[in-house]
Amino acid sequence: MAKTMQNKGGGISDKLGATTDKMQASQAWNSIFRPGSIFRKGYTDSPRNRSYVIMNSVLYHLHPVKVKRHAVKVSYTLCFGGLSFFLFILLTVTGIFLMFFYRPTAAQAWNDIYTLQTSVTFGLLVRNMHRWAAHLMVLSVFLHMARVFYHGAYKPPREFNWVIGIVLLLLTLLLSFTGYLLPWDQLALWAVTVGTNMMGYTPVFGNQVRFVLLGGAEIGTDTLLRWYVLHVLMLPFVIVIFMAVHFWRVRKDGGISGPL
Amino acid sequence: MTEIPEHLRKRAEEARAKAAAAKADDAAPAADAPAGEPSAAESKIPAHLLERAKAARTKAAGGETSSEGSSGGAVATATTGGAVATATLPVAAGPGGHTQRLLTVVKSGSIQDVKATPQDKVHVWPHLLSIEFVAALACLAFVLIFSIFVNAPLLELANINKTPNPSKAPWYFLGLQEMLSMFDPMVAGVLLPGIGLGALACAPYIDKNPSTKPEDRKFAISLFTIFVMACATLTIIGSFFRGPGQLFVFPWASGLFFEL
Repeated sequence: MAKTMQNKGGGISDKLGATTDKMQASQAWNSIFRPGSIFRKGYTDSPRNRSYVIMNSVLYHLHPVKVKRHAVKVSYTLCFGGLSFFLFILLTVTGIFLMFFYRPTAAQAWNDIYTLQTSVTFGLLVRNMHRWAAHLMVLSVFLHMARVFYHGAYKPPREFNWVIGIVLLLLTLLLSFTGYLLPWDQLALWAVTVGTNMMGYTPVFGNQVRFVLLGGAEIGTDTLLRWYVLHVLMLPFVIVIFMAVHFWRVRKDGGISGPL
Repeated sequence: MTEIPEHLRKRAEEARAKAAAAKADDAAPAADAPAGEPSAAESKIPAHLLERAKAARTKAAGGETSSEGSSGGAVATATTGGAVATATLPVAAGPGGHTQRLLTVVKSGSIQDVKATPQDKVHVWPHLLSIEFVAALACLAFVLIFSIFVNAPLLELANINKTPNPSKAPWYFLGLQEMLSMFDPMVAGVLLPGIGLGALACAPYIDKNPSTKPEDRKFAISLFTIFVMACATLTIIGSFFRGPGQLFVFPWASGLFFEL
């Protein structure tokens, strides 16, 4: 009995192996996975293939083929920069999900969020993830900045990348702040009131700044639409451009800094 | 003595053997050459150089002899030398009768100053990508599990006519809101954060110290640590120690007045 089962199991795994071989040999498969891909048939762990994995992938080639050995130590970077980027991706994915259920008007916004939490499958979970990931991103961007400062990594030739980093910190804060208003509950309304009142104290043209930000003299449905567009379209667009330059400059300025 | 690379030594030996063979062939036709000249015949030094050398030698030898005599001798040797050189061009001569000789092989280390020190590098795949993957998974797991157990706040519908007490900005602006109790709103809300961000962005251009070693950067590190600590302290006081009317409270005595 056991023997027949073993034979049967062997037969299935043989069949599976044959199917995998056939699939990996097909033209379609080989057109999708470029030479050096670990999913290609007969991938071997060689220095050449290790280089191809990076060079032949649009995502991975943000990285160089090789990095300094000290740079892969978690204790050096604590992954803050990479995690900020990962949280941004997570926020984009969860944010797109939320956009399907949300209308940015004073009459509908709060009800949409409430319905999302109570009637949409995984709605509450995804909204929670979006909110906590946003707070975490503000924290990780700030900690990334502190890490870079303590390593002196803003020094030549990386001065300008530090400036871009400060812009990214500012954009992260603005993204978080614009998102804060969207649930249209008491917390959102009054937190934004306090925040925009502070901006209204800008010298000389304070009232104009406040008027442009709110889309009127008071926070209302126009503010909601304005901040919604800023939050889902304009600020992400700008931050992606700055992130692209930031990552590109990391490599052009000689890779990761250090060792100390 | 410098080492001569194997292939160069072999080539030189072959050339020498070839030259010896050529000389043997030449021996018969060149038999009528003057008896005193065989060394000159073998020589591959251009004729005009030989002349010059001979002239110099005779000049040095007959230092006190009349200039007329020495010049006459020089002319005589020049004519004989020229005749010999043209008569006995070596077989292995290159264009223009010149041949090349391997004088010596100089190792690169003695003439090149190599400034770049070899760096210890590792392949990004798998050394860095695997770490990034694990970090991203851990981050995702943390956000997911935290979101399952802790819900994002959703208070009642926004109401402009009902101001909550206290009204607080998002947590990352609570440091600024805390400064409102100490300074004029224009200073606390606009000037100080503006100057702070500006100074931070200009840090690489202000800090001219090229060293990245912590022991050389005591002032910069102290200043930045004070900045981070001030931010953290103000934010924590603003978040947890401010109650109704922005009065100072102890969270363990009066409860939390804080929403994320």
